[in-house]
Amino acid sequence: MSDVIVVGAGVVGAACAYYAARAGLDVTVIDRGPVAGGTTGSGEGNVLVSDKEPGPELELAVLSNRLWRSLAELGGFEFEPKGGLVVAETEEVQRQLTELAGKQGVEHTLVPAQELRSFEPHLAEGLAGGVYYPQDAQVQPMLAAATLLRHGADSFGHGTLRLRLGATVTGFLRSGDRVTGVRTTQGDVLGDAVVNAAGTWGGEVAALAGAHLPVLPRRGFILVTEPLREPLIRHKVYTAAYVTNVASDSAGLETSAVVEGTPAGTVLIGASRERVGFDRTTSVPVLARLAEQAVALFPALRDVRAIRSYCGFRPYCPDHLPVIGADPRVPGLYHACGHEGAGIGLAPATGHLLAQLLAGERPDLDLHPFRPDRFPAAEEAA
Amino acid sequence: MTSGAMPHDSGPHGPEPYDLVVVGGGPAGVAGALTAALAGLRVALVDSGPRLGGQYFRHPAVPGRAAGLDRFLRQARALDARADVLLRHQVWAASREPDGDLLIHCATRHAAAPTRYAATPTPNPSATLRDAGAMRRDGGAMREQAGATHRDAAAAAGGAAGAGREERAVVLRARRLLIATGAHDRPLPFPGWDLPGVLTAGGAQALLKGGGVVAGRRIVVSGTGPFLLPVASGLAGAGARVLGVYEANGGLGLARHPLLALGKAGEVAGYAAALARHRVPYRTRQAVVAAHGEREVEAVTVARLDRDWNVTATHVVECDTLAVGYGFVPQIELGTQLGCQTRHDVDGSPVLTVDATLRTTVPGVWAAGEPVGVGGWRLAELEGRLAGRAIAADARTAGIHGTARTFRTAGTAATSGIASTADTSGIASTADTSGIASTADTSGIAGALPTVDAEPSGAPATSGVPATGADVGGARAAGAGVGGGGVVAVVPPVFARRRERWRAFGEALQRAYPVKPGWQGWLRDDTLVCRCEEVPLARVREAQALGATDARSVKLLARPGMGWCQGRICGYAVSCLAGEQPQPPRRPIAQPVTLGALASLAAPDDHPAH
Amino acid sequence: MTFHITVDGRPVPVVPGQTIGAALHAAGVRSWRTTRFGGRPRGLFCGIGVCFDCLISVNGRPPERACLLEAEPGDEVSTA
Repeated sequence: MSDVIVVGAGVVGAACAYYAARAGLDVTVIDRGPVAGGTTGSGEGNVLVSDKEPGPELELAVLSNRLWRSLAELGGFEFEPKGGLVVAETEEVQRQLTELAGKQGVEHTLVPAQELRSFEPHLAEGLAGGVYYPQDAQVQPMLAAATLLRHGADSFGHGTLRLRLGATVTGFLRSGDRVTGVRTTQGDVLGDAVVNAAGTWGGEVAALAGAHLPVLPRRGFILVTEPLREPLIRHKVYTAAYVTNVASDSAGLETSAVVEGTPAGTVLIGASRERVGFDRTTSVPVLARLAEQAVALFPALRDVRAIRSYCGFRPYCPDHLPVIGADPRVPGLYHACGHEGAGIGLAPATGHLLAQLLAGERPDLDLHPFRPDRFPAAEEAA
Repeated sequence: MTSGAMPHDSGPHGPEPYDLVVVGGGPAGVAGALTAALAGLRVALVDSGPRLGGQYFRHPAVPGRAAGLDRFLRQARALDARADVLLRHQVWAASREPDGDLLIHCATRHAAAPTRYAATPTPNPSATLRDAGAMRRDGGAMREQAGATHRDAAAAAGGAAGAGREERAVVLRARRLLIATGAHDRPLPFPGWDLPGVLTAGGAQALLKGGGVVAGRRIVVSGTGPFLLPVASGLAGAGARVLGVYEANGGLGLARHPLLALGKAGEVAGYAAALARHRVPYRTRQAVVAAHGEREVEAVTVARLDRDWNVTATHVVECDTLAVGYGFVPQIELGTQLGCQTRHDVDGSPVLTVDATLRTTVPGVWAAGEPVGVGGWRLAELEGRLAGRAIAADARTAGIHGTARTFRTAGTAATSGIASTADTSGIASTADTSGIASTADTSGIAGALPTVDAEPSGAPATSGVPATGADVGGARAAGAGVGGGGVVAVVPPVFARRRERWRAFGEALQRAYPVKPGWQGWLRDDTLVCRCEEVPLARVREAQALGATDARSVKLLARPGMGWCQGRICGYAVSCLAGEQPQPPRRPIAQPVTLGALASLAAPDDHPAH
Repeated sequence: MTFHITVDGRPVPVVPGQTIGAALHAAGVRSWRTTRFGGRPRGLFCGIGVCFDCLISVNGRPPERACLLEAEPGDEVSTA
């Protein structure tokens, strides 16, 4: 019997479990696969404030950014506070970026065209400028998730965080309306509260409890280069189009250049977005476009080889906001999913706020914009 | 058939597709390509090497004499006259177009290669390609053997040879694909295995066959499997002092070598004589479990092993070179990229599932040789021929209908057990299938089907595949004949029987030379499991303690398999350490490709539709 | 019939058609790069283009597999 059952051992589930355990709760984390086997294992590890429009998600991101920095002190995973550089191809885009940065109210520096190369020496010529966001960072998401689970289990005593891997949740246990646990392929697990942190599969878990939650997969490919001897790229660098793509509702393919180095020496190249279900088939045209955009931004990448690519499925909600909080339709069920491409970055704040809820405290942020029942029941996948 | 009848293709890549693209220029690929080309198909064969031959028929620029090589070279010469042979082209992906055609994505630094190939619409497929004319002048294997180097040829063709060659993307459009990509050595990690001077057995063999270079002076050969014998004989014959062949399995020794039981007495006798002549000791139940040295290998620890390969005693042997091999890893990523179903071979390796005509579960895609199960070059060549015939039959059928594609959903046809007539309608409803091959009677085919595990009804027993060829045979044997053609003759009984025999032989060898779990005890905490990312055993164990319950999550947490080789070298070991069978590879990029070459594929008018 | 390439300024003979890796091995040069974390020496291992241990930069170009790359007259390589 646990106080809290967390369904999903990705980074969001791990953060929920970690903060809940820290709040003194007994937690059992259940996943059908290994730790970080879903979208967490396919992410770049973005911890960004730069790409958020002013509003509730940005507030979440700012809180999360601060929390990541203290979690990083736990050790055990790479956290690189390297900053993000958003670049503009034209004067007009630079004007828009400047305006957005002013409204965001987060730390930033406007970078005129002639100073871009002091930030990134290998950037292409002819760019109109950019905005530098020092708070942007990158984590190794799989190790981060595993480390949070480990620390939750190690640091708060008394076996308060248990991990049940390889167990698939098949249904909910109820007492009246109230959720009292989950059925799994490895037997029933009892708990006073169930947190749905199943990421892209969060809609399916919610459906097991009879709750509608429109979480859809939005596929993204990432290209990985050979490891480079000398770092070519210092920051997370992306084009302004990334911001608009993130916010877009289109089901069709959208790509924008997102390029960054990693401590392993590889360069990660994203980002594509398309809604094609859970199709893993590699699209050569998408990879070609990612390469084209990266080379346009960093011509020195032309001779660098891609050795790997992978795809993941971002948990997308129609309004691009995550679902965080108690589900008023199903007492005892909480949600922490639907973070789309920002799950790594937003995980600590999500876990922290949810743990506050579970512990009966008032959350640091207003969770109303993230409420689970905000979607019209009739709404289906477009 | 005449190739001019093919419909004009209106896809984004424009030109006519090849009837067949073969990837891999070893015995399977060359036999398959030649068989199909002789049947009139427009064929291209792609290989990463500078000459045809693959691993077994690897040969220097001026070939010497080796068993079977003359015959192979004749085939290669015949192929060169009838097909487009693209050497030094790395295939990094295979994909399906919306219209059903296959795209074979290559990268090459080879001079004078045009950016896009396609078959010429002229009736004579052996005529010089319009687009690829320059390529044919310098890409033909035989011309090189006639003495011209590719640089000379490239210069003659006006190509930009020499320093600074940029890698280019080359895309081949094809109706059909034959995957004949062979296999590579399967090493196991042990302390010191990354010291220079430690090579795979195949690596030592390749140096000798391809470059005429003996890997060292004092060489130890270790591992398991019959492949160690030719490697040791070859090295000894070339002048190296082979200090010992240490075979981890087989307590019986050469005199009762499993090859003998399999009717390979002559082969064994030959190796035994060669080893005896050079005074090379052959020791069973022993293996090298550690290599020592500062900058290079200077000595190895040889261990006596129990049945499970646990170490019972050790001694040190000084040497300057170690050749190790523990079987082979079939290269199947092009198949898995296209969604081909896989199965686990006897030794646990994932291999592509095929029917009796070597057709995979994906329409238009065949595979032959090691990718469907390690079995050696003779089997590979036979399977290449079989696949070539099946492909020619498919093309002939398609020629009638104007399309090569009969899209079948894998699995649907298998449900009825014997009668997969729906599956074969595309072939069998066609009258004009005679003349492809000898019209052997169908009951003969059924009789030639594998008898192992065959159901009493005589239903085909090709490992649960929605087989076309086998099912046709089965259906016909059961009296459910469809149409009047001789399509089943795609698999002449004599071929089918031989294939079954050799397949069984390959499987018996895999059974006789398993990898036993005791090798994991040879590793120390600091022994590198992954050479590329330098991941020691301790980090793998840490990842497991953190919740990595399978090989994939071990890779995500500790990075083994994330580097240059993409897990080709360490994948098997990591799977064993994770306690699971090796999983089919997920490698959307099968070979490194420069971002420049990749970017060149994204023409402004080439944006994807979805 | 042989020609030469330059290895660390030293001429190394090559039989036409030989790879850089084979030529280096024949000349007794069995490692030509170090790993990026442990600084471990590396040369040929699989010998057939699979393991990438034998990466080498020829004439200042990006590293390629020495076991696949045919040597050409005048090629310059460094084992540093």
